[in-house]
Amino acid sequence: MSNVRLEKVWKRFGATEVIKGVDIEFNEGEFVVLVGPSGCGKSTLLNLVAGLETLSSGNIFIGDRLVNDIPPKDRNIAMVFQSYALYPTKTVHKNITFGMETRRVPVAEQERALKQVTELLHIDSFLERKPGQLSGGQRQRVAMGRALVRHPDVFLFDEPLSNLDAKLRIEMRTEIKKLHQQLGKTIIYVTHDQIEAMTLASRIAVMDNGHIRQFASPETIYEEPEDLFVAEFIGAPSMNIVRGRIRKKGQYVVEVIDEEGSILFPLPDRLLKPAAAREDQEVFLGMRPETITRKGAQRPSVNMFSFQRAIDVVEPTGPDTMLVFTLGNIEAIARVHPEDREQAGAKYAFEVDMGKAKLFDVKTGKRL
Amino acid sequence: MSRAAIDGIVRPKGARNKVLRVLLFFILGLFVLYYLLPLFVMVSTSLKSLDEIRGGSLLSLPRNPNFDAWGKAWQSACVGVRCNGLRPYMWNSVAMVVPAVLISTTLGALNGYALTKWRFRGADTIFALMLFGAFIPFQVVLLPMARTLGLMGLAGSVTGLIFVHTVYGLAFTTLYFRNFFIGVSDGIVQAAKIDGAGFFRIFFHVMLPMAPPAIVVTVIWQFTQIWNDFLFGIAFTVGDSNPVTVALNNIVNTSTGVKEYNVDMAAAILAALPTLLVYIIAGKYFVRGLAAGALKG
Repeated sequence: MSNVRLEKVWKRFGATEVIKGVDIEFNEGEFVVLVGPSGCGKSTLLNLVAGLETLSSGNIFIGDRLVNDIPPKDRNIAMVFQSYALYPTKTVHKNITFGMETRRVPVAEQERALKQVTELLHIDSFLERKPGQLSGGQRQRVAMGRALVRHPDVFLFDEPLSNLDAKLRIEMRTEIKKLHQQLGKTIIYVTHDQIEAMTLASRIAVMDNGHIRQFASPETIYEEPEDLFVAEFIGAPSMNIVRGRIRKKGQYVVEVIDEEGSILFPLPDRLLKPAAAREDQEVFLGMRPETITRKGAQRPSVNMFSFQRAIDVVEPTGPDTMLVFTLGNIEAIARVHPEDREQAGAKYAFEVDMGKAKLFDVKTGKRL
Repeated sequence: MSRAAIDGIVRPKGARNKVLRVLLFFILGLFVLYYLLPLFVMVSTSLKSLDEIRGGSLLSLPRNPNFDAWGKAWQSACVGVRCNGLRPYMWNSVAMVVPAVLISTTLGALNGYALTKWRFRGADTIFALMLFGAFIPFQVVLLPMARTLGLMGLAGSVTGLIFVHTVYGLAFTTLYFRNFFIGVSDGIVQAAKIDGAGFFRIFFHVMLPMAPPAIVVTVIWQFTQIWNDFLFGIAFTVGDSNPVTVALNNIVNTSTGVKEYNVDMAAAILAALPTLLVYIIAGKYFVRGLAAGALKG
């Protein structure tokens, strides 16, 4: 059994509360990604599971074992650090076997484990080099090798890819996912990169300010964010959140007014009930950039709604072009095909899939 | 950092700049001579005979260079009433400096490691207090230290002197190692903890192998300080247990008989030789380690 359970976990550093009562359970074999802005407490949470920080209150279980007072070395965990944290004066070989030496594993057994892991990670060709002579990607692999030889119940990754360049990061991302599929071990992975979270996780826990905002599958997090914070944090460019007022004009609409006039966004059937309860009240309307395109570019459906706005800025990214326009009081972004681009300043006919639009409560930020 | 990178700097050209550079090197050359002159006078005087010293000028080269004065300084010059030269006192100094340097460096390394990698409540306060020790003048501790040594039964012994230098050196050695270890990523220690290593295993197997720059700086600093110390030596030892600095003073400042300048000079050079050797052997690490400490501290 190697599930991980946290019960009412609090962590305070002096008067600062870093983790504020987290209750969460990670299943055996699950790849959980803790994601959140810097300073949200995700690394602290990982350190608590590792035993590198002491709990202020609450309980942590690994499997059936209460580990609150068990030191890191006896928790049967392994950790990969952001800075790799390789021992600079030791060779790759010694870096990987240091833990086994400390635990007095017989040398033959050490060599066997070393061979197995280094071959798996393709680092067997530079065992005698020191970390200083390795590239970033190689160091990353050695750090993972050091974790793998432990055969731990739980792997902890603390932003392991953030020091790599963009290309290597994508390669290693795939490799970590492959490794998880091969080993089937529980992985808790901390990152601030929401793309990493989306691509790797079987479940994502979005953290903010010491709380877990939402813990769900990547699809759910993306399509059904619990509140404004999750909605804005996941997705790049982030969701357009515009303030409007619910009106009944035959059907329920969200009226957005700005200098260029007013637009009535018709609400899909799914949102009629919350809309009816809030007639004439303010709400936040959330629309992801990729749901806003050139008129006629998406598959026709009853929920398509088109409107006109002037383009403020054009930002090509290669596969897509971002069109920035003013809507309500925000700079909204539409993600269109590169061939659909227009000059900045031009009037543009946008089309939005209101079937994917979200409504949020103005006061609580909760999704309706 | 390589030589090529330094040499590759584009410099302004032209006659004016050339003149300025020549002037620069001329002035630098004068400074070099100014600093070398005392050493030259000492070496050349020590190789002269007493007659030649009385007759000739200070700067003239020795006519018949010989090492008689050196031999006398080493084994037969009179320190007070005993005429065994500097040799026994040299060994006193060695017997004092080696343990004092080793103990204070080891403790400083442990302190620096504990203060940075095993943070505890009040660590900063303790460090601040230890640092304060670096600013306490020698004279202030003389009397309390004499009393302490007396109570410990170490008064007038080389062991007592080792104790004094170890305690006094801790402020500096802790400072050097703390500044070095604070630049070492905490992740390395955390990784070692997860690997199952404890306080001392992490210290000896992970931290200390990384620390040669800090070790070299600390050893040179401590060696120089302790070897050259005169005040503690003269205050806390008597006669036979005097360190070489005190013995040198007794040779040079003797008020009886003829003043033997050549023997005085030779003795002074002999007494300074060990620190000189340490600088020559480990000097480049010294500069490197100081720079590293300054950047990361």
